[in-house]
Amino acid sequence: MERQNWKAWLYLMPAVLFLSAFLVYPLIDVFIYSFEEGYNSASQNFFGVGLYNYEYVLHDPYFLQAVKNTFILVFITVPVSTALAVLISVGLSSIQKLRDLYQTVYFLPYVTNTLAVGLVFMILFKQTPYSDGFINSIITFFGGTAIDFIGGPYWAKMLVLCIYTVWVVLPFKILVLTSALASVNQDYYNAAKVDGTPKLRIFTKITLPLISPTLFYLIITGFIGAFKAYSDAVALFGTDLNAAEMNTIVGYVYDMLYGNSGGYPSYASAAAIILFAIVLTITVINLLVSRKHVHY
Amino acid sequence: MANELDFEKIEQSAARRQKIVKVITYVLLTVWAVVVLFPFYWMILTSVKSYSSYNAEYVPLLYTLAPTIQNYMDAFTTVPLADYFLNTVIFTLATTALMLVVTIPAAFAFARLNFRGKDLVFTLFLSLMMIPSELVIITNFVTITNLDLRNSFLGLILPSVTSVFYIYLLKENFAQIPDELYYAAKVDGTSDFKYLMKVMIPMCRPTIVTITILKIIECWNSYVWPRLITDDEAYYLVSNGIQTIRESGFGRENIPAMMAAVVVISMPLIVLFLIFHKKIMAGVARGGTKG
Repeated sequence: MERQNWKAWLYLMPAVLFLSAFLVYPLIDVFIYSFEEGYNSASQNFFGVGLYNYEYVLHDPYFLQAVKNTFILVFITVPVSTALAVLISVGLSSIQKLRDLYQTVYFLPYVTNTLAVGLVFMILFKQTPYSDGFINSIITFFGGTAIDFIGGPYWAKMLVLCIYTVWVVLPFKILVLTSALASVNQDYYNAAKVDGTPKLRIFTKITLPLISPTLFYLIITGFIGAFKAYSDAVALFGTDLNAAEMNTIVGYVYDMLYGNSGGYPSYASAAAIILFAIVLTITVINLLVSRKHVHY
Repeated sequence: MANELDFEKIEQSAARRQKIVKVITYVLLTVWAVVVLFPFYWMILTSVKSYSSYNAEYVPLLYTLAPTIQNYMDAFTTVPLADYFLNTVIFTLATTALMLVVTIPAAFAFARLNFRGKDLVFTLFLSLMMIPSELVIITNFVTITNLDLRNSFLGLILPSVTSVFYIYLLKENFAQIPDELYYAAKVDGTSDFKYLMKVMIPMCRPTIVTITILKIIECWNSYVWPRLITDDEAYYLVSNGIQTIRESGFGRENIPAMMAAVVVISMPLIVLFLIFHKKIMAGVARGGTKG
């Protein structure tokens, strides 16, 4: 076979240039930054190498708050959204009429601007002196008391953030799960029908095991995505997330880089690396758990 | 005789039960559809309520009897919404075009050409997909700042161009084209480049359209990078624009005008989605994640 070495590299060149400049080099550099102590982005020098940046970040109350928020968000939204996605896609695949319509509607949030639609959620949940807002009107209608979900108590803000996050991530999960359900071989169901297997049993013994690889893929990507939560929070609570007590780890990284408290790429790098150490650990745990429960 | 009747009864009750289950399924699915659509309804509804009527409603109404387009006029005149919009169009088109210029040749090289270390290089490319953007954005921020490219389109565009996933997707599609075509073209003396332009690209148009649309969506919605790299309003994209509008634009209380701006910046993608929803959903189901 004729070799086309130089020509192939010519075709690959643009991609290689872009990837090495904006993906490979930065990946290496971020580790270097994280160990450079007292780095100053104006004068571009530093006075030591060590673990001080990590120490600083781990003792920063804003970072600890961000870690707490992110963990609460992850461990609420991932199970809730995955369970909801399973319910909805099982419902979707059990009907024929209007299925395409429902599917298209459900996917709509995926293509919308998170920041823009977040504003709508903010308005729906916000309580102002002039109006209780839509959600509070419903709550008071059923006899509850109105709460300011956007500027009020911590748990109320967290609740809105979780609801909005679930709303944003569901389209992708529903889409992937419905395609997985559609590819399950109908013979299994027919055989179960002949045996007169109850529906719940069909679901737990046939459907779940057969879609378990997809489900597991969604759980892993769900964890990773939820740990990187940021713009949903900005959409709801504005750019000053620390003041709102709603900052996330990624938000902390960006605040360290830029903004009112910015200019510290070293702290940002250390925080980002801590985040990905957490994500990696969780992913490994997921993989270990899945070995027992996923049928390939 | 009695037995037959029993069968009929059992069948009837089973059919009834199935019907009930079906009705419940439809009801629940409709409830979720309402949850999905309601924010969109609310933003359009609020955007056509007049400022005074919106603020007069202590309990917000689910309809309005006097729709107005005043808010849309405000959205374009009081804040530079048209500029944000134009910036985003320029950014999206330029980034997507560059993405195609980078992706197509790379996919071609992996799918069609033979070179030393091809498998190794391809594996390395794939492993790049796992690098989280949050890690590399820090150095990119410093790089672009040092190059003095903050508040410029070049600074916005360059780090947003490449997506390894699209190279992978296109390479898989290119590889499906039968080798015979290539050899036939070679016999006819067609150059590789001409073969790529005249045969491969037309044959793989559906995939190219898919990755183009996915990239457009990604660019239109991008927020983090533009926010880091621009602080001059002249270069704001819609995401940053909407954030500025929220924090200072119309004065905090002019919610209807804010919603008009939200409608304006959401519309292009919703229209794109309504036209291409099959393609977009198929493309995302093949492994895209929200960028």
